Amino acid sequence: MQPRVKTWLFLMPAGLWFLTMLVLPLVVVFIFSFGERGAAGGYVPAFTLDQYANLPARWAAFRNTLTLAPIGTVVCLLIAYPLAYFLALRTTPKWRTLLLILVIVPFWTSILIRSYAWIFILGGRGLPTLISALGLGDVQLINTPFAVLVGIVYGYLPLMVFPIFVSLERLDKRLLEASSDLGCPPWRSFLNVTLPLSMPGVATGCMLVFILLMGEFLIPAILGGGKVFFVGNALVDLFLQSRNWAYGSAVAVTLVAIMLVTVTAYMRFTRRWAGGRDDVSLM
Amino acid sequence: MGYIHVSMDIDRLEQFTAESPDPDAPAIRIAEMRGATKRYGDVLAADNLNLTIFKGEFLSFLGPSGCGKTTALRMLAGFEEPTSGDILLDGEVVNSVPAHRRPVNMVFQHYALFPHLNVADNISYGLRQQRPKPPKDQIDDAVRQTLETVRMPGFGPRRIWEMSGGQQQRVALARALINQPKLLLLDEPMAALDRKLRRDMQIELQSLQRKLGITFVLVTHDQEEALSMSDRIAIMRGGRIVQIGSPRDLYDRPNSRYVADFVGKSNFIDGVVAEIDGPKIALKTPDGQKLQGMAVGQLAKGDAATISLRPEQCSLARKQPSNTQAGMRLPVKIINRIFLGEHTEYLVKTENFGDFLVLVPRQAETAEGRFEPGDDAWLYWQTSSALVLQAD
Repeated sequence: MQPRVKTWLFLMPAGLWFLTMLVLPLVVVFIFSFGERGAAGGYVPAFTLDQYANLPARWAAFRNTLTLAPIGTVVCLLIAYPLAYFLALRTTPKWRTLLLILVIVPFWTSILIRSYAWIFILGGRGLPTLISALGLGDVQLINTPFAVLVGIVYGYLPLMVFPIFVSLERLDKRLLEASSDLGCPPWRSFLNVTLPLSMPGVATGCMLVFILLMGEFLIPAILGGGKVFFVGNALVDLFLQSRNWAYGSAVAVTLVAIMLVTVTAYMRFTRRWAGGRDDVSLM
Repeated sequence: MGYIHVSMDIDRLEQFTAESPDPDAPAIRIAEMRGATKRYGDVLAADNLNLTIFKGEFLSFLGPSGCGKTTALRMLAGFEEPTSGDILLDGEVVNSVPAHRRPVNMVFQHYALFPHLNVADNISYGLRQQRPKPPKDQIDDAVRQTLETVRMPGFGPRRIWEMSGGQQQRVALARALINQPKLLLLDEPMAALDRKLRRDMQIELQSLQRKLGITFVLVTHDQEEALSMSDRIAIMRGGRIVQIGSPRDLYDRPNSRYVADFVGKSNFIDGVVAEIDGPKIALKTPDGQKLQGMAVGQLAKGDAATISLRPEQCSLARKQPSNTQAGMRLPVKIINRIFLGEHTEYLVKTENFGDFLVLVPRQAETAEGRFEPGDDAWLYWQTSSALVLQAD
């Protein structure tokens, strides 16, 4: 058999999967977004921009997604970096393994169950009771943007910790000695050496968390209680409740477009930031 | 051990002064180790190191891996604090002064260049850490000059990973030199280079050191490297300094079998001190023979000792040499011959003392004729060239 043919044969399953499960649905959604809602719901072929013109009706969903996804990513980063730093550079190997397992363990439980647990913590008989018992007044936590933020930071933290941990662990510790040898005090060595060399991990973590957060719908559904909803929730609502497939498709296409633009801009930015390095751990 | 070396230091001091570019300038003690000891749990990495480093000299720590030479260097750099004893720089105790506040720079074993910075930024790193920061054009000038010093002009904008091992090494050297350190510490800097390149770098490093007058402290396990570059070598073993001296000193007057074996090649005959007559010692070998040699260091009757004999101080003859010709003679059988150009190295088998290496210069070979493997011959040497050393 020709090597070329063989290569194509091996690529076939993945290619077919990619084509039927990703490209085709996207094409279908794109076409649907120009259609109209049938009388009994579903989709009627047409060519109109009405659905896109109607997008502002779902402004709240976009606004929530586009504020809470970046904020969630940043909060994740702010919590994950010190944690990853501690794990990679300040623990003995024995403790490191144990602590890493503790970071992973929550993943073994369904996100659904873990989110429900937060309902009890943030709900009426949880933290708010404690806070009012301490005389700090009545607060509403559940069904607020804050609750959703807590939920997504909690859920996505490991995805941020691991890439940063890996890049910090791979960091050649002799570089820190070299920096110190050249007259650089520890805190400035962190800014001059550790931080720039861990940027690939930071970029990977942010990308991972941000993309997944943009499509999130479970956590806002559970902890936002219908008050704080994401684009994902809007889509569930449009496709399954109001059965307006055309409008839902237009919302979906817009979300994909926003993601493409932000991710591309982000990649451009990080690449420039990295100064053209393909691989910082080259040495 | 420390006391012996104090006297040796003074001895060296004079010699060093005589060799330095300005013979009238007094030798300045730039760094000292006074009983410096480093313990990691139960492991004694450095054991009571006593050493004075003089301004402008090229000093090497030589020893096998795990002998404590790197620990010694790291204590000078400030990466390790001695468990006991003192490290002095310019006469001041700096035991707990961290590395970033010592006017000392290091060339790391694998260079440890910053991969996210280009060559110029790597080299200027040290200057940019100074407070107040030197002006930019001053930094740029210094970088340009240093790049010229290490013969890499125009390499400033290059990326670290675009360069060969030899080039990276020069950058590492430049990054340290630009700070004009009191001590330049080199931790096995040639280990990652191939043989040919290593030789070139050794020569270059040595001439650079002479030219700049910066004090170099090198750590190496390569005796050839240490012998060819250093003014003085500290031979280390098991965390201790066994002997300090010029390469010639160590070669001609090793104070132990270990040093004789580590610096150059040597033949050894073990025995017990039987008679002492001034500097002359008669050693009784296990088979009852008495061999004569010159004592190095203190030996007493009954001590276990070793005769050390350099291959080039042995001679071969076809007929039994007369008493006047030779202090000692042994019948041997030729086992192997290696042609080395100017010399021929013979491996010969003695009856009672194992195999000997004999280095025969070309002239002597012409006179005696060439020996073939299997030939019977006589091995002989002068008593004065046989050193009696303490057994290890």
